[in-house]
Amino acid sequence: MTDQEKLLQELLEKHKAGTLKPADRYAIPPQLMPAQDEIERRSNVNEVATGYTETQARLEALRCLQCKNAPCVQGCPVKIKIKEFIAEIADGNFQKALDIIRENSLLPAVCGRVCPQEVQCQLPCTVGKKFKDVNKAVSIGRLERFVADWGRAQHDESIPQIAAETGKKVAVIGSGPGGIVVATDVRRAGHDVTIFEAFHKTGGVMVYGIPEFRLPKALVKEEIDQLEKMGVKIVCNFVVGRTKSIKQLMDEDGFDAVYIGVGAGLPMFMSIEGEHLVGVYSANEYLTRANLMRAYDFGKGADTPIAMSKRVAVVGGGNVAMDSARTAVRLGAEKVYLVYRRSEKEMPARVEEVHHAKEEGIEFHLLQNPKRILGNAEGVVTAIECLKYELGEPDSSGRRRPVPIEGSEFTIDVDTVIIAIGNGANPLIGQTTPGLELNKWGNIIVDDNCKTAIDGVYAGGDIVLGAATVILAMGQGRTAAAAINEYLKNK
Amino acid sequence: MADIESPLIASAAKPGQFVIVCLSSAYSERIPLTIAGSDPKKGTIRLIWQAVGKSTTELGHLEVGDEIENILGPLGKPTHIEKFGTVVCVGGGIGNAPLLPIATGMKKAGNKVISIIGARTKELLILEEDFKAISDELIVVTDDGSYGKKALVTEPLKEVCRRPEKPALAVAIGPAIMMKFCCATTKEFDIPTVVSLNTIMIDGTGMCGGCRVEVGGQTKFVCVDGPEFDGHKVNFDLMMKRMQAYKKQEAQALEEYNKKHKCRIGLDK
Ligand SMILES: Cc1cc2nc3c(=O)[nH]c(=O)nc-3n(C[C@H](O)[C@H](O)[C@H](O)COP(=O)(O)OP(=O)(O)OC[C@H]3O[C@@H](n4cnc5c(N)ncnc54)[C@H](O)[C@@H]3O)c2cc1C
Ligand code: FES
Repeated sequence: MTDQEKLLQELLEKHKAGTLKPADRYAIPPQLMPAQDEIERRSNVNEVATGYTETQARLEALRCLQCKNAPCVQGCPVKIKIKEFIAEIADGNFQKALDIIRENSLLPAVCGRVCPQEVQCQLPCTVGKKFKDVNKAVSIGRLERFVADWGRAQHDESIPQIAAETGKKVAVIGSGPGGIVVATDVRRAGHDVTIFEAFHKTGGVMVYGIPEFRLPKALVKEEIDQLEKMGVKIVCNFVVGRTKSIKQLMDEDGFDAVYIGVGAGLPMFMSIEGEHLVGVYSANEYLTRANLMRAYDFGKGADTPIAMSKRVAVVGGGNVAMDSARTAVRLGAEKVYLVYRRSEKEMPARVEEVHHAKEEGIEFHLLQNPKRILGNAEGVVTAIECLKYELGEPDSSGRRRPVPIEGSEFTIDVDTVIIAIGNGANPLIGQTTPGLELNKWGNIIVDDNCKTAIDGVYAGGDIVLGAATVILAMGQGRTAAAAINEYLKNK
Repeated sequence: MADIESPLIASAAKPGQFVIVCLSSAYSERIPLTIAGSDPKKGTIRLIWQAVGKSTTELGHLEVGDEIENILGPLGKPTHIEKFGTVVCVGGGIGNAPLLPIATGMKKAGNKVISIIGARTKELLILEEDFKAISDELIVVTDDGSYGKKALVTEPLKEVCRRPEKPALAVAIGPAIMMKFCCATTKEFDIPTVVSLNTIMIDGTGMCGGCRVEVGGQTKFVCVDGPEFDGHKVNFDLMMKRMQAYKKQEAQALEEYNKKHKCRIGLDK
């Protein structure tokens, strides 16, 4: 028996006897996420975090104090019954734990991996507060992932119960997390659901954005397979607004309701000199080429000619920036710089990703920002000129505003620049759907039920919220699905 | 050239729009191709391309009856067609393909259509008969003089612009360098000029920014804002540099492909 197993046994005995004190729980070491070797993983695309063992999961679960007021739930956008599912893990009832999570979340294997837990459920966690360190909070996300992976390993082929066919038709536009959730919930109510996806593969950002090493594509595929088993129809290579408009879908094809989940679009650039040079990519382009078109197999069959980058600068500090930088490492770049204009504290990326990025040798250039991109006579990137910054007064986002230091220019030699500073709204649906109301950034305006200005048309996810998260898209999907089911009842 | 069965796209396609073709879901490059014509009744669209890289070469090796795994469209904003008066349509090389439905549309809308079509050499000249059928006047040129007049398209274009009956609009589609010089020509005469840009594309829905160009000092996305733009505002020099972007890797991919398909290539020659 390993030390860990011994510890667990002791604790479980106390737990059963009802003598496990908060002090005992605090004393349990926070369970670290096992990960692939930091050198080895630089040259493969396998998942980096390998997941808790059963023993680890139960130890971590025993760290939870089972607070009466469960502050963690307030931090969860979909209000998963956190302490209840964690209690089941401690007792070894993994199926029960999974059932509890599933009441509120349909994609636990995804959310357990990609949610920014440290600013959601884990932020208000009492254990973290006690240690004055959010990184010592109960690892709710890792536990969620453990349960979800355990469930996947059981190869449960059963499909959710579906109500009698209503004969009503619902179109879901976009197959991202929001679309998947809407399709599931609306199909369960017995409606005839078709998902329309522009890409040749389903899954949205989970497939073309978030890299394999962080979210294995097989996992997203399982969710899509489940949808198909439930009788949801999936049509790829179909751009709503071009192949057919929403109005045509409703008037000609008889769809009674529509959910718009087309995600973010229009990557932002910095409007600096040199952004049109060869070797400057938006993160979306870079990641799409790498993920969807498997650029990492270039020469082995993948055609996408992603640049053979050797020295890469990534601009930005979010998950997208980390994903781009870490993808560049895996595509064989020798030097990868991450340029961010604020300090590490302000980085919006998940803490775990920042940590993994550093381990993988990515060089962080904080409080710096590009001023221009330099190129040679052929118009190919040769270097990036940056300015140093210092933090000034807090701005509207509450973060301290970075102020450039005059005369601090310096250059870094690179052959590739990846811009990861956010996205605007996808304009296509707005342009082709008269009657839809948009805000000044082009995001669709919806009410509390995710209904748009058009009857029968609902929207959610990044196209409504601006660039958001998987869990927020999922939450809106649930709201919209409930509203659609209600709307169709009376139609 | 090929007619491709895709009833949904065929019934939605309008002049000026394009599709994205992707030969294999697992690996392939996504290639944007302008629609050269569509037949909603038969449910087919016509695509015309030149084998320049691996994917376009591979596309050319498909046989009648073969299936294309993915085809997405119609994308881009349709051409704005109305009665302008005299419209001069200038096409170069493969650009004559997307130009044809636009010229046809212009004619149907009651315009006087003057078409100038050009190619490097006789063998590369396409659609002459089709243009003849819909144009009030047709001028054919080749770079090497092997057919029609030996000239670049800009030469007859200038002559047409000079006429007393000045064209109300010019439409130019072809290689970037040709469009650049057509625009320089029409600018002298203050004739509004529409160009259709064929940049690198990935998603075609405004998500990746790979198709970006500079128009009037602003960044525009060809797939959602275009493909047609005011030619006098397009920064062609920047665009041409970007088009070179993946040339080296493309060449490598083509070479690999050709190595594997030696016998087929042999037959084609
Ligand atoms: C690189 C990257 C890393 C990220 N990391 C994280 C993370 O760690 N944690 C997290 O919570 N969030 C992360 N996000 C954000 C998260 O992925 C998104 O917030 C979420 O996916 C939004 O979901 P959605 O339902 O709005 O649709 P999306 O996932 O955006 O999918 C929209 C789908 O609609 C399709 N579509 C678009 N237009 C049309 C049309 N006209 N017709 C038909 N289909 C169309 C698109 O092709 C796409 O498949 C990341 C995003 C990126 C890009
Ligand atoms: S092709 Fe991706 S934004 Fe235009």
